[in-house]
Amino acid sequence: MKFKRKDVLGLEDLTAEEINLILDTAEPMKEIMTRDIKKVPTLRGRSVITLFYEPSTRTRSSFELAAKYLGADTSSIAIANSSVQKGESLRDTAKTLEAMAADVIIIRHNAAGAPHLLARWVSARVINAGDGAHEHPTQALLDMFTIREKKGGFQGLKVAILGDITHSRVARSNIWGLTKMGAEVRVVGPATLIPPEIERLGVKAYHDWEEGLKDVDVINVLRIQLERQKKGLFPSIREYTRLYGLDQRKLQVAKPDVLVLHPGPVNRGIEISPDVQDGPHAAINEQVTNGVAVRMALLYLLMSGGEKDEISA
Amino acid sequence: MSPREKVQIMDQEGIRRALTRIAHEILEKNAGTKDLVLIGIRRRGVPLASRLSERIKEIEGTSIPLGILDITLYRDDLSQLDYHPLVRKTEVPFSITGKKVVLVDDVLYTGRTVRAAMDALMDLGRPQLIQLAVLIDRGHRELPIRADFVGKNVPTSRKEQINVSLLEIDGEDKVTIVEKDT
Repeated sequence: MKFKRKDVLGLEDLTAEEINLILDTAEPMKEIMTRDIKKVPTLRGRSVITLFYEPSTRTRSSFELAAKYLGADTSSIAIANSSVQKGESLRDTAKTLEAMAADVIIIRHNAAGAPHLLARWVSARVINAGDGAHEHPTQALLDMFTIREKKGGFQGLKVAILGDITHSRVARSNIWGLTKMGAEVRVVGPATLIPPEIERLGVKAYHDWEEGLKDVDVINVLRIQLERQKKGLFPSIREYTRLYGLDQRKLQVAKPDVLVLHPGPVNRGIEISPDVQDGPHAAINEQVTNGVAVRMALLYLLMSGGEKDEISA
Repeated sequence: MSPREKVQIMDQEGIRRALTRIAHEILEKNAGTKDLVLIGIRRRGVPLASRLSERIKEIEGTSIPLGILDITLYRDDLSQLDYHPLVRKTEVPFSITGKKVVLVDDVLYTGRTVRAAMDALMDLGRPQLIQLAVLIDRGHRELPIRADFVGKNVPTSRKEQINVSLLEIDGEDKVTIVEKDT
């Protein structure tokens, strides 16, 4: 099958068939990570640049290792020490990277849509590593890979996304991806952190955890950004933890073999209790491993294959 | 013009006899099964390697390790293809360091697959030696590579195509030559 994309900007535009191809390709990539010599020559001579306008540890290093395991060269631009501090525009930065013959630019930006602009300006391939509260496609793909590995598929699966939906690009990408694959997605959280229009994306919103988590197969716990409390979106961290923090008691209403995911970094004891985080249902560290495999699959699919009529996704 | 079946060059019995002979040759050349491992190249090298290991077990009474190699990520034409070859898993659940590795494939043609397979193997460990067993050698090498064990040498023209069908994948055992589209 052909993967005709020039860029991967979000899951909203990817088809179920393309998502399946990415997940299928990630499986052999995961095997490469278990070898003594974790390197194949597939992308030898290709260059991958990470351009992050927001802090990140796991996403950036995950992309860099994925590129290196496939034999590509990588370079990272940390905005704090870059010309952006001297007032360089996104467009000029992009043109500069292109002039250095970058084959792929991986961008994280606080403004939704920045990767889409970048993709129009440069001939290099662009992967969205998170744009504002819009999309974080590779996080959703690694969540989906983990779900498929543990549950065997998506059809009819009940998935709850728990926490701050309004500000979460992880939530949006997960909703687009999972509903496309046939899962039944619901969002659970306080009314102040769930936009009323969210149900237009084909999910059901719950403000009561007991209803929302009842009989679900998967709970994807979102990181609660502590600064939101200062804006008055919830009265106190303690109250949030009591009402929406995932603990053993809340886990009881889900299916007995419920899978618990968290994109990290975790606020230990706030959105998830330590015994659940370290318990048998959670696959948080495996998600990190799967993240590298999924990013290897994407880099491979974007950079192999010759001339094609390409579209942006 | 659609591909036309030209001539059948091996039937089920022919394939069976060739594999039995190759199994004997592997044992003879390596003086038994010590340090011997078989690795099939996806896809049709995999059932062939598995049949060879069964044959060897019948002859010597010992099981030898059996692995599967996917060479897609080592191909030299990835940037030229207009489609994505599906990457599949490499399954070599044992160390090949110090082992005598017999690579198994269905057809030896340009030698590029075998080159890729050897690079893939070297990334998995340092074998004592690598040998190559193929069901069909059709000539037209583009690299200095040769097979140690051959089921049948088939002189072909580049316009022809060799089709190997195996029970495990295609539902029947046979080898045919087809005239390719021009």
